[in-house]
Amino acid sequence: MAEVSVRAPGRRWSKPPFIKSPGLRWGLYIGATIYFVLASYSILVDVDWQRVYEGLPRGAKFLGGFFPPFPFANIIETGGFEELAAQRLIDIGDGLIESLTMTVTSTAIGILISVPIGLGAARNIAPAPVYLFCRGIIAVSRSFQEVIIAIFCVAMFGFGPFAGMVTLSFATIGFLSKLLAEDIESMDPGQAEAIRATGSRWPQWINYGVQPQVMPRLIGLSLYRLDINFRESSVVGIVGAGGIGSTLLTAFDRYEYSTAATILLIIIGIVFFAEYSAGKIRARLQ
Amino acid sequence: MLRLEGLTKRYPTGDEALKGVDLEVPKGQVLALIGPSGAGKSTLIRCINRLVEPTGGRATLDGMNITALGVGGLRQARRRMGMIFQEYALVERLTVMENVLSGRLGYVGFWRSWFRKFPQSDVDEAFRLLDRVGLAEMCDKRADELSGGQRQRVGIARALIQDPALLLVDEPTASLDPKTSRQIMRLICELCEERGLAAIINIHDVLLAQMFVPRIVGLRLGEVVYDGPSDGLSPDVLTEIYGEEDWEATIKKDPDGDDGVDGVEIDRERLEGLI
Repeated sequence: MAEVSVRAPGRRWSKPPFIKSPGLRWGLYIGATIYFVLASYSILVDVDWQRVYEGLPRGAKFLGGFFPPFPFANIIETGGFEELAAQRLIDIGDGLIESLTMTVTSTAIGILISVPIGLGAARNIAPAPVYLFCRGIIAVSRSFQEVIIAIFCVAMFGFGPFAGMVTLSFATIGFLSKLLAEDIESMDPGQAEAIRATGSRWPQWINYGVQPQVMPRLIGLSLYRLDINFRESSVVGIVGAGGIGSTLLTAFDRYEYSTAATILLIIIGIVFFAEYSAGKIRARLQ
Repeated sequence: MLRLEGLTKRYPTGDEALKGVDLEVPKGQVLALIGPSGAGKSTLIRCINRLVEPTGGRATLDGMNITALGVGGLRQARRRMGMIFQEYALVERLTVMENVLSGRLGYVGFWRSWFRKFPQSDVDEAFRLLDRVGLAEMCDKRADELSGGQRQRVGIARALIQDPALLLVDEPTASLDPKTSRQIMRLICELCEERGLAAIINIHDVLLAQMFVPRIVGLRLGEVVYDGPSDGLSPDVLTEIYGEEDWEATIKKDPDGDDGVDGVEIDRERLEGLI
């Protein structure tokens, strides 16, 4: 107690700064500010504000074309369009089923391939050569955006949902393996050690010591990926890989904005539903 | 039965955790390993079942040289060495029964263990052990629903179902309150006696070690500096092990004043441990 009171009252304290050297600290602050101002200027200086002003009503008109969101809803009273509208709804239904099929199969295939790669990519359970190999696969899978892989797959397998399925499976591997591996790397080594000490074989060790620790996260990530794959299935369709994206592109190509709006609303609805049910399932898992 | 000869462990950083430890544990003997943090207690018992690879010396169990075993042989040898851990090391998301049965993994094939179809004799033994440690009703609870004392009992059952000849016990009471600590130590020692098991118990509670264990080995900086009966611990010996300090209060005053020697007392405490 005596020691504490010796410390003079009124002694100031403030949290030590993250970057210790004041020169470097202020240099970074000022440098970042100058860069931000110049970068913003370099972009804004080229904007034609007159064009933006004229474009606003054009954008509003474009958006207006989406309403009401039902195929040919704005002209359906004029007669003769009911049949076309029905045909569009069938097209949408077909595209949707194709998309959902692509989503489910690609997620399932992706998970099956991701699990062994994820195990191999975890530094704490895989030997160095396996680790590097699996990390390599993940890096390749992650470095290409879905659309680029889709273009490649369409070129290789032709138009249609097969190209889309391969694309999404490939993209799933990069996502799921990486996050699974990271979860394994941050597991509690004590539990795994205890299972090893019983004289278990390697696969038994994984099944008892590792799997229970990472399973909730693996399921959560898989549900999330299902969600992503559905959204991506509508994007890869635009480059010809089948699914609702192809239907959407066709609708735009025909200037049938109300059909496009129907499709967009359905996509939003399904994503909402997926989000909601995934949340429910995840809550039950813990 | 267990013999360590010049067991050495040098970590890649250059730290020498064990400097040629010689130790012999006869069948059925329980010994306590005491020493300050960083003395190498944990490393020593992990070098015996090679969760940590020793860098020199030998460990032999019933004449079998553990340090020279290949992967398959090591698995078989590990079945004979049950291990109990400081933080219980139960698989949190598995049930109590799965945790106990995981002690049989060395004996059953992969698919049986994958589908949790263990031989009936294993299941019988698991129920018997759970009953013995007082957790028969808990078998379908998830391990993370249990209290610390209960978890450690499951850990003990998991080690015993291996049908081991030797128990390696790493700080079994360090995460427990004083009363539960005594109950757990008493349970471990009773079970060792019932089954004729040898045990090495790492423990940093000197008084607790003296209370239950007849032989004490003191480890300091990776070397054995004391090996003798528990009532041979004097302030000088403790100073040798831990360094200068006033040790009078730490040493058991009356060798006969053991806690709760009569059976009624023991049973009452055991029941309380279940709450």
